[in-house]
Amino acid sequence: MSATGIGASVKRLEDIRFITGKGRYVDDVNRPGQAYAYFLRSPHAHARIDKIDIAEALKAPGVVAIFTGDDIAADKVGGLICGWMIHSKDGSPMKAGAHPALAQGKVRYVGDHVAVVIADTYAQARDAGEQIEVDYTTLPAVVDPAKAAEADQPVVHDAAPNNTAYNWHLGDKAATDAAFASAAHVTKLDLVNNRLIPNAMEPRAAVGDYDSGTDTITLYTTSQNPHVARLVLSAFIGLAPEHKLRVIAPDVGGGFGSKIFIYAEETVCAWAAKKIDRPVKWTADRTEAFLSDAHGRDHVTHAELALDANGKMTAVRVHTIANMGSYLSTFASSVPTYLYAPLLSGQYNIPAIYAEVDAVYTTTAPVDAYRGAGRPEATFVIERLAELAARETGRDPAEFRRQNFVTEFPHQTPVIMAYDVGDYAGALDKALALADYKGVGARKAASAAKGKLRGVGFSAFIEACGIAPSAAVGSLGAGVGLWESAEVRVNPIGTVEILTGSHSHGQSHETTFAQLVSDRLGIPIGNVAIVHGDTDKVQMGMGTYGSRSGAVGMSAIVKALDKIEAKAKKVAGHCLEASDQDIEFKDGKFTVKGTDKSIDFASVALQAYVAHKFNGQELEPGLKESAFWDPTNFTFPAGVHICEVEIDPETGVVKVDRYTAVDDFGKLINPMVVHGQVHGGIAQGIGQALLEGAVYNDDGQLLTASYMDYCMPRADDLPSYTVDTIETPCPSNPLGIKGCGEAGAIASPPAVINAITDALGHEDVTMPATPQVVWRAAQKALLKRAAE
Amino acid sequence: MVHVSMTVNGRHVSAEIDPRTLLVQFLRDNLRLTGTHVGCDTSQCGACTVHVDGAAIKSCTTLAVTCNGSSVTTIEGLAQGGKLHPMQQAFQDNHGLQCGFCTPGMIMASVDLVNREGFSPDERTIRHGLEGNICRCTGYHNIVKSVAQGAREMGAAASPRAAE
Repeated sequence: MSATGIGASVKRLEDIRFITGKGRYVDDVNRPGQAYAYFLRSPHAHARIDKIDIAEALKAPGVVAIFTGDDIAADKVGGLICGWMIHSKDGSPMKAGAHPALAQGKVRYVGDHVAVVIADTYAQARDAGEQIEVDYTTLPAVVDPAKAAEADQPVVHDAAPNNTAYNWHLGDKAATDAAFASAAHVTKLDLVNNRLIPNAMEPRAAVGDYDSGTDTITLYTTSQNPHVARLVLSAFIGLAPEHKLRVIAPDVGGGFGSKIFIYAEETVCAWAAKKIDRPVKWTADRTEAFLSDAHGRDHVTHAELALDANGKMTAVRVHTIANMGSYLSTFASSVPTYLYAPLLSGQYNIPAIYAEVDAVYTTTAPVDAYRGAGRPEATFVIERLAELAARETGRDPAEFRRQNFVTEFPHQTPVIMAYDVGDYAGALDKALALADYKGVGARKAASAAKGKLRGVGFSAFIEACGIAPSAAVGSLGAGVGLWESAEVRVNPIGTVEILTGSHSHGQSHETTFAQLVSDRLGIPIGNVAIVHGDTDKVQMGMGTYGSRSGAVGMSAIVKALDKIEAKAKKVAGHCLEASDQDIEFKDGKFTVKGTDKSIDFASVALQAYVAHKFNGQELEPGLKESAFWDPTNFTFPAGVHICEVEIDPETGVVKVDRYTAVDDFGKLINPMVVHGQVHGGIAQGIGQALLEGAVYNDDGQLLTASYMDYCMPRADDLPSYTVDTIETPCPSNPLGIKGCGEAGAIASPPAVINAITDALGHEDVTMPATPQVVWRAAQKALLKRAAE
Repeated sequence: MVHVSMTVNGRHVSAEIDPRTLLVQFLRDNLRLTGTHVGCDTSQCGACTVHVDGAAIKSCTTLAVTCNGSSVTTIEGLAQGGKLHPMQQAFQDNHGLQCGFCTPGMIMASVDLVNREGFSPDERTIRHGLEGNICRCTGYHNIVKSVAQGAREMGAAASPRAAE
């Protein structure tokens, strides 16, 4: 392994600009003559718009234009779309309510977009926005997903009776029911997977810029997938044809899913820039981010696990109500369906699984993919069930899991997935050792002696990522293919530019992708540049989400590098007067087999462009290749996380005392970066378990719309983590990578809650397990113990 | 409009500004020092942290006019003579950043923390000292390590003999 090659913890090349204040985020982009957009948002969760009077506002200082939904519709610009078709049990297509970028006739959540004011300064736009008079007829809100489909509830979309987008199912109901009928033990749980607000630290932003000379719109936007944004804005929303629409996602300050989607504000800025022939800039303030970024999770679930007399899992049965919010966001429909139920088998060999999912509309912000997207919800279900079942049947939670692990691969689950490779017991053993599981009893006693309650909780998670074979996701309803593209441009002096359709917004691609190239071509890592995030530079790509940049994005680079090597060997053959069949390439040198005749990579690159040593008609000059990579399967990262908490029963405060994660991500490119991804994921999962939760009141007002009300994990809320890995290389991509971006957020919530319930002797505490929640449960537990 | 003048990263600057202009707007919009970020507008997240007369403040809730006559240091002014500040270097060395958005504020707050707490803050002190700066990417694990290293290196730079 070289110091900068695959497997080395290379310090990040992108860091220099970030630590010196030279990053370039969308809000740092300023175009000459730009105007500023302010979005007037609905103060009501549900209301008819009777009239919008902009006359006074138009007279306000600095105002350039004010637009409403009617203006956009008049320009034949379409509404926002949901790109994944789900069919209900009865075969009917999902019922997607219309989603205009600016509301038409009705608003459906607090923060919904009513009008846009464009002025010379942002302050002027905002001031003028306050002078727009909107007549609303307020309608009752529907907030609770568990009740949304009931007959007496207000209807969010006329197109969706009973506020139901779809009633979907997966698995063999008859086989599952039969297994439950003959079960020796059934464990049952009612679970709420709390609604989260993503909160990337960089708020969403957009700058629309129109060049009337070329009739081209450029949109600078905080996107995880600029090409998908261009595709949707062009092909579906109809803003401009693709060759007249450039989308640039420069440095992006975190995404976690929330910047996958095509939102109203970005669409309006791009459209309005052309409309007024002047650049239009918008940057969300934090409350706008809380109100209008797509939220995550929000499931209400009843789940059951059947065991035989030996403790063998025989079936899982799940019914979930998924809150979609007010509109179906870009990929929302896939999250509680194909990203959720196929993971309900966990790491276990379970013969029968049946899941039903009712997706409902409420008058709340749209809900879509958030770090893990469906897989955290599935893991929460199966790992809470597993822990409780072990306790109910008097089994050690670690050994109960081990007994049920899948041990032979490939393993076909009853819910679509074919697990390719893994070593679940290997991860468990390593985690048990690192967590000093043997010492838990003594530590519990020590805590008890201090009047504290200590608990330990497990989470043996699996996820499907690297999404995915295009044909496979197409058969499940995806509107797009999920391959990735790469182009390798070798310059005449031997430096290399990699153009990738993946997008880095914290994932470290500029380093890890360069490591791959440095390793493969034997050139210094400083001679490699990674180019991404601009549709004018990179032809096409599917972007970054679902932990896919390594498994899919880097695989595309490998495929293009294969072509580079083949071509370079031909050039080298001409230079060395040998057949390209006799050329070997190693450590940056082309050598004629069995001789000491060699030429280095940079010299071959130069010769490829000079083209003096070969016939340009027989061998094309230049050294540039591109590739598209479409995977053959999902990848299946898995691991075991063990959380140990200490609870003060007097205050309900939960201290995460130890957190151990052992993950199998296949081959690692940069362990430092992988560990960093795991740390961040764990923090978000602990946040979900202990601190975070979106709260709407009965009127549909978001009560958690600032950092004073929504509890983000801070440095003093969290411990340091013990993170390690095992390695079973993934067989379905050339690098053996599985993906590591979401694992921490997927694994950790059940580990934390299982630890708390262990400490309290309770079957459930709700998330977030705030001091109030835990104090109440602790008092009950103490009373129960006293009674015994 | 009101007149404001101050020293920013060692350079004297002055301008006529709207009295409601926040310091962060003055830095970003007037001076185009875009390294200082706005993450929340309510002084909760700390992405906008800069130093005013040597102490960390949150520039998103500070009026520029209140800094009239002050000396302001932003992330762009931290490196000296082409050499990274030890805290900047520590964040790179320990992978203390991912998306980079909170990083300028996190580094400015960390330097201030060391200035207040000394060159060998323990983990508890670091975590408590950074509770006014939110990071969504790193889970803080590597930020804590970064600050510990940065503090040591700042100590070594301040007193080479003591560091030996």
